[in-house]
Formats: sequence, C-alpha cells, structure tokens
Amino acid sequence: MTILLGILEEGFVYAIMALGVYITYKILDFPDLSVDGTFPLGGAVAASLLCKGMNPWLTLIVSFLAGAIAGIGTGLIHVKLKVRDLLSGIIMMTALYSVNLKIAGKANLPIFSRETIFENEWLESFLPEGAKRYVTVMFLFLILLAGKLALDAYLKTRSGYLLRAAGDNEILVTSLAKDKGFVKITGLAIANAFAALAGCVYVQMNGFFEISTGTGTIVIGLASVIIGTSLFKNVSFIKPTTAVIAGSLLYKWCVSRAIRFGLPSNDLKLVTSVLFLIILVFSERKRRGKKNA
Amino acid sequence: MLELQSLNKYYNPGTVNEMCLFRDFNLQIPDHEFVAVVGSNGSGKTSMLNLICGSIPLDGGKIVANGRDISNLPDYKRNKRIGRVYQNPALGTCPNMTILENMSLADNKGGRFNLRRGTNKARISYYKELLQSLNLGLEEKLHVKVGSLSGGQRQAMALLMCTMSEIEFLILDEHTAALDPKTADRIMELTDEIVKKKKLTTIMVTHNLRYAVEYGSRILMMHEGNIILDKAGEEKKSLSTNELLDRFTHISIECGN
Repeated sequence: MTILLGILEEGFVYAIMALGVYITYKILDFPDLSVDGTFPLGGAVAASLLCKGMNPWLTLIVSFLAGAIAGIGTGLIHVKLKVRDLLSGIIMMTALYSVNLKIAGKANLPIFSRETIFENEWLESFLPEGAKRYVTVMFLFLILLAGKLALDAYLKTRSGYLLRAAGDNEILVTSLAKDKGFVKITGLAIANAFAALAGCVYVQMNGFFEISTGTGTIVIGLASVIIGTSLFKNVSFIKPTTAVIAGSLLYKWCVSRAIRFGLPSNDLKLVTSVLFLIILVFSERKRRGKKNA
Repeated sequence: MLELQSLNKYYNPGTVNEMCLFRDFNLQIPDHEFVAVVGSNGSGKTSMLNLICGSIPLDGGKIVANGRDISNLPDYKRNKRIGRVYQNPALGTCPNMTILENMSLADNKGGRFNLRRGTNKARISYYKELLQSLNLGLEEKLHVKVGSLSGGQRQAMALLMCTMSEIEFLILDEHTAALDPKTADRIMELTDEIVKKKKLTTIMVTHNLRYAVEYGSRILMMHEGNIILDKAGEEKKSLSTNELLDRFTHISIECGN
C-alpha cells in the first residue's frame, strides 16, 4: 500500500510537469530542456516563500508565474536571438541553476516546520487521524486534474488552435497573419509554468528543497509523454493529456520495480535513463514496423 | 494595385557565388487582374512571389500595395491581405488537425486568436456549404484529420482556406504542379471561380502554358530576372499556347537546356 501510494504521489507530481513537456515536445515539436531548470525553480520559489510565511496555496500561483517567465526567456532566446531550440533550453537550464540557488539561498532548504498545502492547521482541525496518509495523494490528484482540464480547455480555444497549428505547420501560422515566434513563446511559457508548478508541489510534498532535484526532469517528462501517447495512440476516446498522466504513473511504477529488484537508490538516474532509452527504442521500432507493414 | 518598384535581389552576396537575380525590376499589377507568370527554372518567378510575401529579404527597391509601402513589414503582417497557395499541398493545411479545425483556423484569419472557443458552432453550416462547393464530399468528413486526405483534396482545402477571409491579393505558386492532370484541371476551375467571385488580384506562377493562356488576363514570361514578354488585354487574347511555347523554346535554347 505504501509503495502504491508512493508511486501515485510521485507519478501525479511528475505528470503535472509532463503535461508541460507534452506541449513542447508533442504539440510544438520543440525539445525544451529548460524544464530541468524550471522544475527546481518552482521548488526554490516555494521553499523560500514558505520560509517567509506565505500562504502555501499562493506559492502555487507564484511558482507557476515564475516558470512562465523562465519559459518566455527560453522562447525569446530561441525566437529573437535565433539560437537553436535545443541550445536555448540548455542555456536557460544552466542559468536557472544559479538563479535557483540565489532564490533558495542555499543548495538544501528544509521546510519541515512550515505549513504546506498538505500539512497545515486548517487540515489538522478536521481530518481524522486515519485519513492523513491519503491527504497528499488526494490533493496532488486534484491539482493535476485542474491542470489537465485547464490545458484541455485551452487547446480548444482559438489561441490553443494556433498553438497546435504552430507545431503542425509553421507556414500556415504565418499565412494566418500571425507571428509564429510569439505562438512558440506562449507555448514555452505554459509548458514551463506547468514544470514549475510541479516543482513547487514536489517540494511541499517532500518537505525540503534540494538543488539537484531538477536533474533528469526532462527525461522523466519525455518518457511519460512517449509511453502515454504511444500506448493510447489508437484509442481515440482517451485524450492525449490523460494518456500522458497514465504514462507518468506507468513510468514511476517501472522505476520503483527496478529499485525494488535491489538496485541501490544511487542508481536511480541510471535506471531512469536506461528505462527511457528502452522506451524510445521500442516506440521507434513499433512506428517503423507499422510503416513497413 | 500592387507595385514592385526597382527591386534588387542578390543571392549569396559577398561570395564567389554571388548572383544578381533582380536588378531594377519593375512591375505594376492593377486591381482585379489575373496575372499568369511563366518562365524556365531559375527565372525568378518564385523569388518574385517570395519577395512580395516577405518570405525572403529584399536588397533594394519598394513593394507598394494599394499605395502603402509594405517593404519593411514582416511576412506575417503582409499576409493579412495576401492569400498564398503553395506547390506542396501539405503547406496550406495542418495535417494533424481535423477539417473542421482547419476551417475554423482559416475563418479566424485577421481576427484575434484569444481564449474564445476555437470552433464557432454557428459557423459549421457555413463551412459545410463552402466545402460542398468543392464537390469532393469533404463536408461529410468534418472530423477527419486533414493528413489523411489526398493531395488534391488538401490543395482544394488550402485554396478554400486562404480565400475565406477578406484578402486582396491571391498568390498561387505552381499550385497545380503536384497534382494529377484531372485534379489539376479541377483545382484550376475552382481557382477561377473563387477569383471571379471574390474579385481578387491574382498572381499565378505556372509551368502549364495552357492554364496561363486560358485563365490569365495578363501573361508575363520571365527569364533570368527580367520580364521578356508582357501581354494583357487584346494582345493577350490573340496569344495562343503555341506562340507562347515557341517563345519559351527560344529562351530555353539560348541558355542551353
């Protein structure tokens, strides 16, 4: 039960970030590495604000905005300064490492004694003792659901249509008398806002901020997106956003299996990337196999 | 009225491969004219279209649309008044979006892409009507992704989409070249219908001399960045496909292909 709970909790948190990666990788076709910096950015913002005594729910909004600003930064580097997509992300990710340290003040900032969205007086006042272990997973699910529904709704707006068009056929966006650069920047802003929101929630769940939590975020995000969308490719009634969430849970389950097989937790990142590689190879094979058939 | 005033365009400036395509190139296109542009490969037809649309930078001169200098406007701003259909049918539509979504996008051209609903349900019957005019049965496939349509169907949609909003100029860049002869004929008829109905000022680049003679109200032949034949009105009416072909062969022999 504890293990399942752990998978759900981690899976939900990373699914929030994966929704962002879905926007950049699947919709915009932009391999955006800045999420490795914006995930901990959300965490750093949350931790430092919580230490200052801010309402934990407000930190979600501030982190979301901070992520959006970082995303806009990546977009501006790419669109205005004409740096290649991959490099723009790397530049932003690297720069954010220092920014995150500045915001948090140090590489490791505990917030155990502070109120978080999962642990606060208000909740303590009415929740029965037995329900407490489910509070985190419940709240995570609600935040994730809100994010997913908002994203689904956005993709059906005119602006959302344009975002999809930008990834599908840039030339058409220009033909529609719209600046494709601006559309890309919008997409990157939303994507990184989601990543930072995930980071903010992650820190509140764990009770501390750690500068290295961001490393490999993009791999987890990409893995979730690729597993989810390729598994449910032919199931038309499942929305891609739902598929991405399922992908995230499945991926976390795989990683936890691997760790339980006795791999030391120091090997976590190694497991993460090897799993990702396997998934990439398999989804590529599946695609090619279908083409040949 | 579209005016190209003493345009200059160089390729690879400052290198040994420097090539001057246009030097002091001038062209005036009055309203509602249907200009058919023919010419061999490398004669500057597509470059001219790209310069008008702002897809490539201009090295000198001015482009004036209805009295307004648009030379310094970025491409997407110029496109408010310009519709363009490309040779490649894939460029005019979004393959991963449905027919309905594509129509909605096109319908919103010139408007704001804000947080309002992407597809206006009240407009669906209008889209169906438009699609019906194509006679391709697309009105029954509103929720099909455009990527699964044939090249001809996509090109028909591209044509429809770029002429849905209030445009003044229609730019056709060999838009029938990638289609089979029958589909090409159909697309050409459609183009003519739309141009006449909407009274568009049209520039069509084509390698099909028959289309040029049949549909153009003015014919331009280009060669190495110059206009070597320009017939409109009565002069154009007396021009036959064979005469055009003779002239074409003549310039081809000159440059050895």
